[in-house]
Amino acid sequence: MSRVRVLVGTHKGAFVLTSDGKRKEWKVNGPYFAGWEIYHVKGSPADPNRIYASQTSGWFGQIIQRSNDGGATWEQPGTSPGEPTTTPDGMPKAESNKFVYDTDSRTGKPLTTHQWYDGTQHPWEFKRVWHLEPSLTDPDTVFAGVEDAAIFRTTDGGMNWHELAGLRGHGTGPQWTPGAGGMGLHTILLDRVNKGRMYGAISSAGVFRSDDTGANWRPVTKGLRSQYIPDPNAEIGHCIHRIAMHPSRPDVLYMQKHWDVMRSDNGGESWHEISGNLPSDFGFVVDVHAHEPETVYVIPIKSDSEHYPPEGKLRVYRSKTGGNEWEPLTKGLPQQDCYVNVLREAMAVDSLEKCGVYFGTTGGQVYASADAGDTWAPIARDLPAVFSVEVQVL
Amino acid sequence: MVRVTLPYHLRTLARVGNEVQIEVAGPVTPATILNALESAYPMLRGTIREHVTLQRRPFLRFFACGEDLSLEAPDISLPESIASGKEPFMIIGAIAGG
Repeated sequence: MSRVRVLVGTHKGAFVLTSDGKRKEWKVNGPYFAGWEIYHVKGSPADPNRIYASQTSGWFGQIIQRSNDGGATWEQPGTSPGEPTTTPDGMPKAESNKFVYDTDSRTGKPLTTHQWYDGTQHPWEFKRVWHLEPSLTDPDTVFAGVEDAAIFRTTDGGMNWHELAGLRGHGTGPQWTPGAGGMGLHTILLDRVNKGRMYGAISSAGVFRSDDTGANWRPVTKGLRSQYIPDPNAEIGHCIHRIAMHPSRPDVLYMQKHWDVMRSDNGGESWHEISGNLPSDFGFVVDVHAHEPETVYVIPIKSDSEHYPPEGKLRVYRSKTGGNEWEPLTKGLPQQDCYVNVLREAMAVDSLEKCGVYFGTTGGQVYASADAGDTWAPIARDLPAVFSVEVQVL
Repeated sequence: MVRVTLPYHLRTLARVGNEVQIEVAGPVTPATILNALESAYPMLRGTIREHVTLQRRPFLRFFACGEDLSLEAPDISLPESIASGKEPFMIIGAIAGG
């Protein structure tokens, strides 16, 4: 029988939740990296036992952790205790937590500043890794989305990271401005069908697409409308909260924007709104059913000023028509006095039949549905605030 | 040997106890201590001072012999009692967050 592993990143550590294919009884392991902020934990599609974690702290900066045994044990790639920091020929060894923007005019773009709140230019400053996206085919290759917004890649299992500078350097970078949550590259989607195509989404900047595995990028934001941007045709400045795709139909993208749930049918070339009858079109998460590309999930949040569910009722909304027509899914979810938030990285689906859907809250609950959202139950109740949820079927 | 005390989270990261002892070549300064510490425990690189600029992270402080050296130049000579290991060089996490 299949087994399921849910990887949870929280405000104070990581947790690994496991179950069999029935998804009824769950075992909670952790916390790993107790006391640290774990922005994201994600396994390699090519080797499920290879898992990467982004461990970060306002005191100590960024750490990258790697597991080769499904999360039972962890290491910092390339920096075992007691090892010398140089190779026998004197070269510096790997530094798995070193993220340095590429400003070399020969290999990157000499871009050093972006727009600040007061309209002046501000230095690009690395703060943390928001998102880790392992390659679809190589366990040692991983993309990292970071704050201040940029994309990095490792090809040696996390030992060394190099910026794909074509994103910051494509032209609009100096105009990017942080939002209230910073300026993070929080979503990376890899296209399984169109070779080399990938997407990156940045808070307060927009969605960007590469067709050559990250070397060159361009904004794909036509059709997005944001109240706070006077120019209705603005190419950048849109506060994207999350984008999602179904692996078998990658030209169709779904987006939860700051306000508005959006859809693109042409790889981001144009977008149209599908908020329909949602009680609020503000929110953070969006995801797609594993077997039904037209079935989409969002969790409406009341507003950008009040980050909790409308009416204190925690409801997942499901559309089986690719948007516009939404139904509330409430069975097993609190329907009164619930004032948690669900952050952008905190929803995932599994590939079992029926499709499992999972999400975590800032109140420390992880909810799961083993029937595509019809019924829900908490599989962990009292964790620290949940930042991210990913799921693996083994 | 120079004694260095580390804050809790760096101890768990380096998998060491409250204090480590390291050999420091040449003059004993905050910079040479940190160079030796990061050489012995490479997983600490970037956690005490920023990778490229080597600036102390804002929420960490350096103390020696009851003195706050956080704002001193990194190449300032430290007292003999630090160089001899009689007193530890202390790396302390700021109490911040309310």
